[in-house]
Amino acid sequence: MPREAGRRRSPVFDAVTPLGLTARYLTLLVVLAITVGPMLWELSTSLKSAAEDVYTATPRLLPAHPTTAAYDQVSRTVPIARFALNSLIVAVFCVGGNLAGATAAGYALARLEFRGRRLVLGLFLATLVLPGEVTVISQYQTVARLGFSDSLVGVALPSMIGALNVLLMRNAFLAIPVELEDAAVLDGANVWQRLRYLGLPSVKGTLSVIAILTFIGAWDDFLWPLLVLQSPDKLTLTVGLSYLHSVFSADPRTMAAGTMIALIPVLVLFTALQRFFFRGVGEGAVKG
Amino acid sequence: MRSHRPYTPWLLTAPALLWLAVFSLWPALNTSVLSFTNVHTLSGGSFIGLRNYSLMWQDPHLRDAILNTLVFMAVCVPLLTILPLLLALLVQRTLPFMGFFRTVFYFPVIASAVVVAMIWQWLLDDRGLVNGLARQAGLIHSALPFLTDRWLLLFSAIALTVWKGLGYYMVLYLSALGNVRRELHEAAAVDGAGAVRRFRSVTVPGVRGTMALVAMLVAVNAMRVFAELYVLGGRTGGIGGQDVSLVMLIQQAASGADGRLGYASALSVLLFLLTVGPLLLLARWNRRED
Repeated sequence: MPREAGRRRSPVFDAVTPLGLTARYLTLLVVLAITVGPMLWELSTSLKSAAEDVYTATPRLLPAHPTTAAYDQVSRTVPIARFALNSLIVAVFCVGGNLAGATAAGYALARLEFRGRRLVLGLFLATLVLPGEVTVISQYQTVARLGFSDSLVGVALPSMIGALNVLLMRNAFLAIPVELEDAAVLDGANVWQRLRYLGLPSVKGTLSVIAILTFIGAWDDFLWPLLVLQSPDKLTLTVGLSYLHSVFSADPRTMAAGTMIALIPVLVLFTALQRFFFRGVGEGAVKG
Repeated sequence: MRSHRPYTPWLLTAPALLWLAVFSLWPALNTSVLSFTNVHTLSGGSFIGLRNYSLMWQDPHLRDAILNTLVFMAVCVPLLTILPLLLALLVQRTLPFMGFFRTVFYFPVIASAVVVAMIWQWLLDDRGLVNGLARQAGLIHSALPFLTDRWLLLFSAIALTVWKGLGYYMVLYLSALGNVRRELHEAAAVDGAGAVRRFRSVTVPGVRGTMALVAMLVAVNAMRVFAELYVLGGRTGGIGGQDVSLVMLIQQAASGADGRLGYASALSVLLFLLTVGPLLLLARWNRRED
């Protein structure tokens, strides 16, 4: 953003030498190659035709005859579209649940006086020291008893309201000046009106960070759906892929196509929303 | 005057509290109870005292898992505390394309660990890109067994973890660096401090708190490793089954037609005890910062 650079520039510290700039960008390019290189190589492999030797001693990044044959091969082997739909369903449920549940609880904890508030807050804080992996076994028992084993509801259910998100929303609501809230109370605004017209517009940044991270978290999750799901038509993408992997690990092109189907949607989503993400992070939505 | 009816806060917090009770507090209690039983997926089981815990100490896989976790932590903590800070400093300045670099450096974070592990598996294959390039450069004569050797497999999983974590901790540092006072840098520069000196005496003290936070997060996450080793090691923890993590052991014990939920719960309790120390420190530190 050249505009900002102009505004912030100070003569001494920002005197950027051409040498310094070159070194900085060269380093960044090296890191770029390391971070996206593996992904590009996978993409390239997925587009190579059966006639092209993927194991060749002189690796070629650009496929000689790009083809989507490997993608057709994946969908013939496993119901990959179904897997993707399942992942999407789970992710949407988790995002919806967290936005609604964490907003409601976060607002009450930040802005409404009530007996027991500190205790409730303490409970949410306390669960932060409990890694999800510790409770999966018992959680599995609970979900099975509720009758949701081997179902997408069972996969989505436990993560539909996260304690961390409740606390993040509380922090966001706390940042709204109390005077505004008091004025609204004097004007006779009820809780719902204050939340709707005063609260929500001020916490969009945190809401978008929660939405983005929850979606990605649900889409990427592996251990929990692996425990809950058995039926092939109910698998989410990550579990379905590991299944594809164990059964048909022979052809790297097919595997690569499968991983791309799981990877590209979240990358596109994140790139489209990165503005909100980094702004929300700047506002302090992600802290520990 | 009243700003709300007495039951409104409870109405608003009820869903979140219900979830907390059913999916966090109850499982936490239940896990500790289950750890003293021999409950299986299909059978009720009964209390067997400390048998699961004494069984644990004879489990050779657990010894492997703990050793692997220690190696993971020893390598990941320094690397993932320092490298992301340097990366954040590189992309922090308002220069052209920095937004692009920031976004792309975050890509590995967004990718599922399963997807990343599959990508790396293909890279590290005997006939994959890494071995191919190394052979072409004349560095090696025969392929390095990244995915089959007990230690190479572990270090491959560690490298993958570092690669995947860089962007995440970079973003934590970016929001911390925003608070380091710019005037300090300028004053130091006026006094003739070079870039390295300014890094040591201005930047590092300014983000020391975040460095502690990151170090503890990395340590805790090293104990929670699952998909990376599960996929890279072909589900079984490598050929000898030695490349396992604690979470993998929990998953292995609980899966199958008649999973040993009691034993898996005892392993879960152990995992909790190992992670709670750093996490409590972290929570305390976080509160102090607030």
